[in-house]
Amino acid sequence: MLWKLLRKHISVAQLAGFVVANLVGMLIVLTSIQFYRDVEPVFSGKDKYLADNYLVVSKKIAFIGGLLPINSEFAADAVEEMAESPFVEAVGKFTQGHYDVRATVGLFGDNGISTDMFFEAVPDEFVDIPLDDWRFDANDSSQVVPIVLPRNYLAMYNFGFAQSRNLPKMSEEMIGKIAIRLRLQGARGECRLAGRVVGFGKRLNTVLVPQAFIDWSNQTLAGKTDFDPTRLIIKVANTADDRITQFMDEHDYEVEDDKTEAGRVTFLLRVISAIVIGIGLIISALSFFILMLSIYLLVQKNTTKLQNLLLIGYPTWRVALPYQLLSVGVNLIVLLLALLGMYVIRYLYMNALTDMFPDMEETGSWLTVAVGIVLFIAVSWLNAVIIRRKIKSLF
Amino acid sequence: MEQIVLDNVLPTVFRDRTGVTSDVWHRTLTFERGKTCLVRAASGTGKSSLCAFLTGQRSDYEGIINLDGRNIRTLKEKEWTALRQRSLSLMFQELRLFPELTAMENVLVKNSLTGHLKKKRIREWMERLGIADKEQTLVGKMSFGQQQRVAVIRALAQPFDFLILDEPVSHLDDANAKVVAEMVGEEVKRQGAGLIVTSIGRDLPMEFDTLLNM
Repeated sequence: MLWKLLRKHISVAQLAGFVVANLVGMLIVLTSIQFYRDVEPVFSGKDKYLADNYLVVSKKIAFIGGLLPINSEFAADAVEEMAESPFVEAVGKFTQGHYDVRATVGLFGDNGISTDMFFEAVPDEFVDIPLDDWRFDANDSSQVVPIVLPRNYLAMYNFGFAQSRNLPKMSEEMIGKIAIRLRLQGARGECRLAGRVVGFGKRLNTVLVPQAFIDWSNQTLAGKTDFDPTRLIIKVANTADDRITQFMDEHDYEVEDDKTEAGRVTFLLRVISAIVIGIGLIISALSFFILMLSIYLLVQKNTTKLQNLLLIGYPTWRVALPYQLLSVGVNLIVLLLALLGMYVIRYLYMNALTDMFPDMEETGSWLTVAVGIVLFIAVSWLNAVIIRRKIKSLF
Repeated sequence: MEQIVLDNVLPTVFRDRTGVTSDVWHRTLTFERGKTCLVRAASGTGKSSLCAFLTGQRSDYEGIINLDGRNIRTLKEKEWTALRQRSLSLMFQELRLFPELTAMENVLVKNSLTGHLKKKRIREWMERLGIADKEQTLVGKMSFGQQQRVAVIRALAQPFDFLILDEPVSHLDDANAKVVAEMVGEEVKRQGAGLIVTSIGRDLPMEFDTLLNM
């Protein structure tokens, strides 16, 4: 009955205006949050086996008289100088296997596919995969050598080779199950081992095995372990640090990969997302004022009626309740529509994104939903407080 | 609530008037529970102001109004709401009904708050006041006299210690005025309440304990 009394003068047009405005604002906020979360891992690569702040450094390959390459190895003092630079947090050497490697994938008995390859290792602390899989014990005869391959090798096979030859595409899990037979041949001897791919890396462009294995195999097959490295991996606080570029230029070093670039792109993405989210929030705030204005107008038009209700003994909360429920209801509709819209938009851009980045991992949408719910609660609560205050002013 | 005491009360608008002679203003006056009182007034002497002061609608007066020794200026919103639900019932001169609701709904708006009357009782009273056929008619479409009778029933749809009726029968014929007087008398007696009735000429036809001229 109270509702019958108070719904008079509710303007459907005003409420619709609010719904549209708030929906646009909310949709922009939620979609940009979700988009940022979906796209960010592509650039930051944080979930891959080398974390963001690692750089791979090598010497520039130059020629003396245009014929002979100069020494491309890092001497011990060069490594030390690097380690002492203020922007470097840790330095690790790449160690190569100084022997020939032949890997055979046995599909049908012994008549498998073979290939020559090489191994490299970096200290374990620079490898970001679960360390339970990442170990080697020379005394254990059943030991399988864990191997990490660059992810783009897999992409190259699946989308280049397999596609053109009508061969089946391989997933990471499938490759992980394939047994690899390894034959290592060095100056001091030869050995046969089993190997298995335990993961795919995105940034480190090499075939990686544990440091313990490289040390053991170099000792056994080449007779020594203390080779000067040709590449170093360094951990820095900030890849965008100017001093890094300066130091590298001074020493004629080269930084592999586009990591500093990716850092910049991530930063840009963050800035753009923040601007878009900001615009969404401003639109939401403006629409909030439309709703408040609309309810103020409604209360104004119903002032006499509301005062009469208070005079015959209605408490302010009961008089405010229908308007509060109205605003909560409208806000809830906006939230649901905005989430729906967000999922539709996400579906559309995810199709395009997964085409571009096939190995992209799905990010959950719980954070976006949570932000939506928090916004809904905050706005509804504010509405309720303002309405109650307005009604109280009539008392 | 046992008594309402007016101590030197005067509406602010009368402050500059000289020679205000009244049984109500600028005096100490007590309304007792269980007693009935008729306040007779000429138009513009502050009769509706008195009703508005007593029920907390307005506070533009000098002096002190005490309800059981409590200055009503110190009452909080919640306390007024409780008083209006359980202790003080007012029938407004301008009725303050809701024109978009039916006669029955207008009474139920109040009764749903207090749960004081059964629907059967409301119908009985409508019958007695000759508006039973208007139960489902929108109040906005009823005559002022008919509306006055709805307002009387609404004022009775709650428990009260004091019932304040502001010109309750100004637009009623003698027969209906008599019925109103009977109903009000019965209900006031049943609840042991105090009754304050105002009039600018047409009195509620019943015996009053006190008669005041404004």
